[in-house]
Amino acid sequence: MTYDLATIAPELFLLVSAMALLMLGAFRQGNPTGLVLSLATVATVITFVLVWLQPTARELAFGGLFVRDGFGNFMKGLILVGSSVSLIMAWRFIERENMSRFEFPVLMLFATVGMMMMVSANDLISLYIGLELQSLSLYVIAAFRRDTLRSTESGLKYFVLGALSSGMLLYGSSLVYGFAGTTNFNTLAEILQQAAQAGEAPSIGLIVGVVFVMAGLAFKVGGVPFHMWTPDVYEGAPTPVTAFFASAPKIAAMALFARVLMGPFAELVAQWQQVVVAISLLSMVLGALAAISQTNIKRLMAYSSIGHVGYALIGLAAGTEAGVRGLAVYMAIYLFMNLGTFAVILCMRQKDRMVENIDDLRGLSRTHPLMALAMGIFMFSMAGIPPLAGFFSKLYVFLAAIEAQLYTLAVVGVLSSVVGAFYYLRIVKLMYFDEPAESFDQPFGREMSLIMGAAGAITLLFFVFPSPIVSGAEAAAASLLAAAG
Amino acid sequence: MVVQALCFYLFSAVAIASAVMVISSRNPVHSVLFLILAFFNAAGLFVLMGAEFLGMILVVVYLGAVTVLFLFVVMMLNINVAEMRQGFLQYLPIGATVGLILLVELFMVLGGWAISPEAAQVAQVPTPPPEQVSNTAALGNVLYTKYVYLFQASGIVLLVAMIGAIVLTLRTRTGVRRQNLREQSFRTRDESVEVKKVQSGSGV
Repeated sequence: MTYDLATIAPELFLLVSAMALLMLGAFRQGNPTGLVLSLATVATVITFVLVWLQPTARELAFGGLFVRDGFGNFMKGLILVGSSVSLIMAWRFIERENMSRFEFPVLMLFATVGMMMMVSANDLISLYIGLELQSLSLYVIAAFRRDTLRSTESGLKYFVLGALSSGMLLYGSSLVYGFAGTTNFNTLAEILQQAAQAGEAPSIGLIVGVVFVMAGLAFKVGGVPFHMWTPDVYEGAPTPVTAFFASAPKIAAMALFARVLMGPFAELVAQWQQVVVAISLLSMVLGALAAISQTNIKRLMAYSSIGHVGYALIGLAAGTEAGVRGLAVYMAIYLFMNLGTFAVILCMRQKDRMVENIDDLRGLSRTHPLMALAMGIFMFSMAGIPPLAGFFSKLYVFLAAIEAQLYTLAVVGVLSSVVGAFYYLRIVKLMYFDEPAESFDQPFGREMSLIMGAAGAITLLFFVFPSPIVSGAEAAAASLLAAAG
Repeated sequence: MVVQALCFYLFSAVAIASAVMVISSRNPVHSVLFLILAFFNAAGLFVLMGAEFLGMILVVVYLGAVTVLFLFVVMMLNINVAEMRQGFLQYLPIGATVGLILLVELFMVLGGWAISPEAAQVAQVPTPPPEQVSNTAALGNVLYTKYVYLFQASGIVLLVAMIGAIVLTLRTRTGVRRQNLREQSFRTRDESVEVKKVQSGSGV
């Protein structure tokens, strides 16, 4: 038991600090939000260190309900970066926008714990509980500005569709349990391997169950045709929350997707591959086409995230170690580009109000040259222009697709990234070649400049020092596949 | 055996019929009442299967707490049923078609299903023989030992639900007169009673 607790030490620490901060917020006199928010940021940083210190050897805890391995540690590191940066970005925002309540950072911490549990799930039940912990916290923070119509609408939409997707996931899990007799990932993998060796075809009921589970997971990553909630939720939720939604939960759901498909259902690759290929193709195409006509930058980022999910899923569709490595690299780079872009969006304020139209960025290069430079780097990188990081992340997944002989995916991926380049480059054009619109309010705050600068530097200099991310992703992929094999 | 089969068909027929009534009745209060009936019959089915703990929990939690709360909410909200039904007929054909196709497909998949002998062997926590352990005790044996991780995690999910409900609905109103017991019991006669001498015939 004591060893089990050591295995879940990062989760345990984050959970206990979330509850301690809840008590601090509830019993402290005055407005404790600022204090709770900064302590929450510190807690995520400490948890990041704890994850860093965890050994990468694969270890099961709690009778196989929880697994700690290199893949999980890598993804948890990314999730914690996403959470802590989103918390930092919220510092000023929640004071300004009249949502200064201490529950906000506490719920972000609970959501993060849920994500870490998802990534480390080794059983369909622990998968579901982690997912629910994450989703429930996210529904609440989407509707956190309860007096504005758009925020409540986004929270409600997210809740209703999220509940539907949880229902599908549970239904699929119950089918899997009924046909295989177990919910444990290791046992599932063993059973399927034995059946494959004996030359038995997998039962149709099991496949139907897996498809339902995949539909539920595709909802959570926001892949087409389960993407409908994404634009509305992204637009309606408060901006730091949108930044959080677009980074940490996407990574967690993607990691979970990879763990479920490459772990217990690795033998069914021929069956699930078609589904992943279809989701990936549709997401890339829709993400590229639907974003063209957007005028609101948060909606644009929503469609852009749908597109990115499509590209990342190419890696999963390949079903190989190179593919999983591509997926991990893609999510890591996506995280930094995305956080940087949202830092810029959070600075878009005129006369003390947030503005969200793409046209408001006109002539930014003259009013705020450094901010325009950072935004330009992120946009070029998202469009996939070498030598920026976004190019390499696409390169890895496309290479994996070609190795796995999924030529359609690679070709459609390249074509849709050309279409996608249109709207990313349009933003660059607006910033550099159009007459300045009204200037944004100064000052942004030092932490915003720092986030923009750091994310910009990582995106720009990735090709010089790719090894921390790439070798980390490589080890992560190897550990995931070693467990399956 | 015959009694069991009869009970099974009775419970399941009533459960399905009341489930249909939940979505088709005009009055939302009736819907909730039918929902209670559906849950009650589901509890009966559980008892029939020998899962008496689940059956009782269903009655206590779902009937006793959840649906009664539901009933309060439905009675307090002013729901315009006619407005909610708009578009019901419009979407009925396509909705019914999709539902039917899904139903037929599931029947085709699950129709020939039987619990495979291997499935019983790999079961993580095999069911103890019912003559030795009652199923309440059997659940208790694993819930706090083998599944303690899930048990605690579910507790956190409930905590988050509670925080969420408070965050989204609690409003601290200003200017509300609250009862302060301490102040009430410590006040003295001098603070609260004032004796005035009134001259007769002149008023206060």
